[in-house]
Amino acid sequence: MSKKPVTIHHQDTLEPHPDTRLPDPHQDTFSKTTQGFWIYLMTDSLLFATLFCTYGVLHSETYDGATSKDLFSLTTAFVETMILLVSSVTCGLGMLAAIQNKRKFVITWLAASFILGASFVAIEIHEFIQLVQDGNSWKESAFLSSFFTLVSTHGIHVSFGLLWMAVLMAQVYRLGITVITFRRLIVFSMFWHFLDLVWIFIFTFVYLLGVI
Amino acid sequence: MFGRLTLEAFKHEASQNIAVLSMVLGGIALICLISYLKAWKWLWTEWLTTVDPKRIGIMYIVVVLIMFFKGFSDALIMRLQQALSVGDSQGFISSSHFQEVFSAHGTTMIFFVGMGAMFGLMNLIVPLQIGARDVAFPFLNAVSFWLFASGAALSLVSLALGSFSTAGWLSYPPLSGLQYSPNEGVDYWIWVVQIAGVGSTLGGINFLVTILKMRCPGMTLMKMPIFIWSALCTMALVVLAFPILTATLYMLTLDRYLLTHFFTVDGGGNYMMYVNLIWAWGHPEVYILILPMFGVFSEIVPTFSEKRLFGYVSMVWALILIAFYSFIVWLHHFFTMGASPKVNVFFAVMTIIIAIPTGVKIFNWLFTKFRGRVHFTSPMLWFFAFLLNFTVAGMTGILLSAPPVDFQVHNSLFLIAHFHGMVIGGVLFGFFAAFTYWFPKYTGFVLDEKLNRYAFWCWSGGFLLAFMPLYMLGFMGATRRLDHYDASTGWQPLFIVVGIGSIVILCGASIQLFGLFWSIKNRKKNWDRTDGDPWNGRTLEWATTSPPPIYNFAVIPTVDQLDPLWAIKRGHSPKPEKRYEDIHLPKNTPMAMYIGALSLVFGFAMTWHIWWMAIVSLVAILIAIIIRLSGDDEHEIITIAQVKEIEAAHKRKMESYE
Repeated sequence: MSKKPVTIHHQDTLEPHPDTRLPDPHQDTFSKTTQGFWIYLMTDSLLFATLFCTYGVLHSETYDGATSKDLFSLTTAFVETMILLVSSVTCGLGMLAAIQNKRKFVITWLAASFILGASFVAIEIHEFIQLVQDGNSWKESAFLSSFFTLVSTHGIHVSFGLLWMAVLMAQVYRLGITVITFRRLIVFSMFWHFLDLVWIFIFTFVYLLGVI
Repeated sequence: MFGRLTLEAFKHEASQNIAVLSMVLGGIALICLISYLKAWKWLWTEWLTTVDPKRIGIMYIVVVLIMFFKGFSDALIMRLQQALSVGDSQGFISSSHFQEVFSAHGTTMIFFVGMGAMFGLMNLIVPLQIGARDVAFPFLNAVSFWLFASGAALSLVSLALGSFSTAGWLSYPPLSGLQYSPNEGVDYWIWVVQIAGVGSTLGGINFLVTILKMRCPGMTLMKMPIFIWSALCTMALVVLAFPILTATLYMLTLDRYLLTHFFTVDGGGNYMMYVNLIWAWGHPEVYILILPMFGVFSEIVPTFSEKRLFGYVSMVWALILIAFYSFIVWLHHFFTMGASPKVNVFFAVMTIIIAIPTGVKIFNWLFTKFRGRVHFTSPMLWFFAFLLNFTVAGMTGILLSAPPVDFQVHNSLFLIAHFHGMVIGGVLFGFFAAFTYWFPKYTGFVLDEKLNRYAFWCWSGGFLLAFMPLYMLGFMGATRRLDHYDASTGWQPLFIVVGIGSIVILCGASIQLFGLFWSIKNRKKNWDRTDGDPWNGRTLEWATTSPPPIYNFAVIPTVDQLDPLWAIKRGHSPKPEKRYEDIHLPKNTPMAMYIGALSLVFGFAMTWHIWWMAIVSLVAILIAIIIRLSGDDEHEIITIAQVKEIEAAHKRKMESYE
């Protein structure tokens, strides 16, 4: 890896792979991986879609317990939303740094996203503990079951994202921005933005509609 | 320490003890045989650590054969019980064991025989037919296989330790909920299906990208072989449907482990939502099984009729339409739920509409044969049996799609006869046809034709005997999953006919198994002398040698039309030049197998509530994934000289057989 900052364009990410010598330029590992990951994200969004549908069906099944109006605090949800959105911005800045081959900046921006993501998870766990302590655990009603499941499934995704981010930071630190780490960074950023999108839906359909 | 696992788990009924004993002895015999042949190293380097889709495909087929043996034994037990257990006689197994048997039968046959056969064919045929050297993600492909295999292994473990689910193959709540199924049975079912299901989703992503990205130069979408089209539609269904299954099982898991109220009777839960969700996956699933077989027959019929496929474009659109409609018919599996007539009518009409593209396909196959030179080889025989059974079962399906009729015969043996006509007459016969047709491609010799024919006649005769009476029994009021009935019902004679039919099928299956070993033993006699093209094939897989070298094609082919090999053989296209190049292939790795084995441990630990083991295996899986994804892309190069040597060695081998 030369010290001089080099701009990595997409065509530079083509790897020595037999397919790249074929007339079709879209058969390189980079575009296969990103397409595969787009399809994975689609399967993941179907998983969330199923949970959203379930939440929609069970939203009013409170079993004489607390309703969404009683429980949700828009302030917390708004803070969480902002944190996650900003973490997407920092992640995006990290990708820009990766294109400019600035290893240090990549790690810095990823670290910022990591801290934001971790604080998101912490706030969510805090919110959950509060709910359970007030006697509104997932065991109380179908509404609470579906609420906890939908939101915590997103939270678990974010936590896996954090683990992934930590591994990626270590890789970038060790190997620098190479064809392989660049590809992995791009795939990770797709994942991170996707989680942001899912959260926007949760914010809208669970929290905003929940307090109306 | 061991959660809920106690010595009680080892106690079984006599019939199950025999099964467990034979399974354990079979395993020991296999281990002894491998050690005797000193084949461990070969097994490890050539098979267990492989990322070659051809090898993985063969391993899929091996698992399918084992699981078919299990599922078929279940079927025989059920039919024998039903023939005997009338009036005062209680048959030879208890009703709770009978419930385990039918739950295991359905689970095994759909998830491990049907899905395994389907993914096995994908692995074997897709890369070769699109002129590629590999799949898009070879390592992920191996992970898919090992997850599938560990799901299968967990279902075998459930035979020996504890009891399996008694809640049927789809485990409807509230029966499958904690209240009514408190023991480990449903948990086994959940983890068996969940692990295999995740493997299927990953496989779907992999083959979708493979087909979209890795076709050889010139192969535009409308020049793809029709099997590839069927694979593309199937894989689209897999990635759209399996996440719903994953999510549904996830919620059932939470209901059982963390006491949530998704599908419970109390707490505001809604168990009909489970039924809706599971069929929102389940109906596409049956098309996931049958669409590849449509592709198989669309390859076999033109080849053995020496004519191009009639109506290629209409065939493609029929596939796409069937795939689309399969998502909007799920409610026909439970018309009796009590939805409003308007809802039921919508789903009834959609169900009837699916018959149209399916009919298009049937007529296309018939017109392909029309004025063709039809060879009555055994793949074609399977096709004829398929045509008959699939049409009959399809018509009874249309009957069932009318809610008033469905109200009368739902959950009766009429339904059982209908869908077994689809999955045996359609999927299984399709798989047998595919097995016979492509067998020489991967081994270099053909199966014994005479034994194939005997097996075929046993299967089709046995099938008619075993399932046609079920239509009548269904009309007479016999419900599914009966382990005992009264003599005054007058059902016994028909049940005995059904039992005889299943014995005839057993003969057919035995002949097939024998035929496989017989053909391997006499492989020199049945050697494919055409060097890779025994049936005068049309598509690219027949253009390479048999068995194909590890890189599939020494020179990546270029195509400019459908049926490219016929064009070359008839002189309409130039013969490809032999310009060799260095070939990059992924390196073997045991990591996929480790991930599969750890998943098995995880599923087992979760089933028995052994929390420490579950956590350890989950962390180990994560570590394995991180290690794998932290390394470089591992490729190895086969140089031009090596390619030339492999090609020359194959030529010498062929000449030695002349």
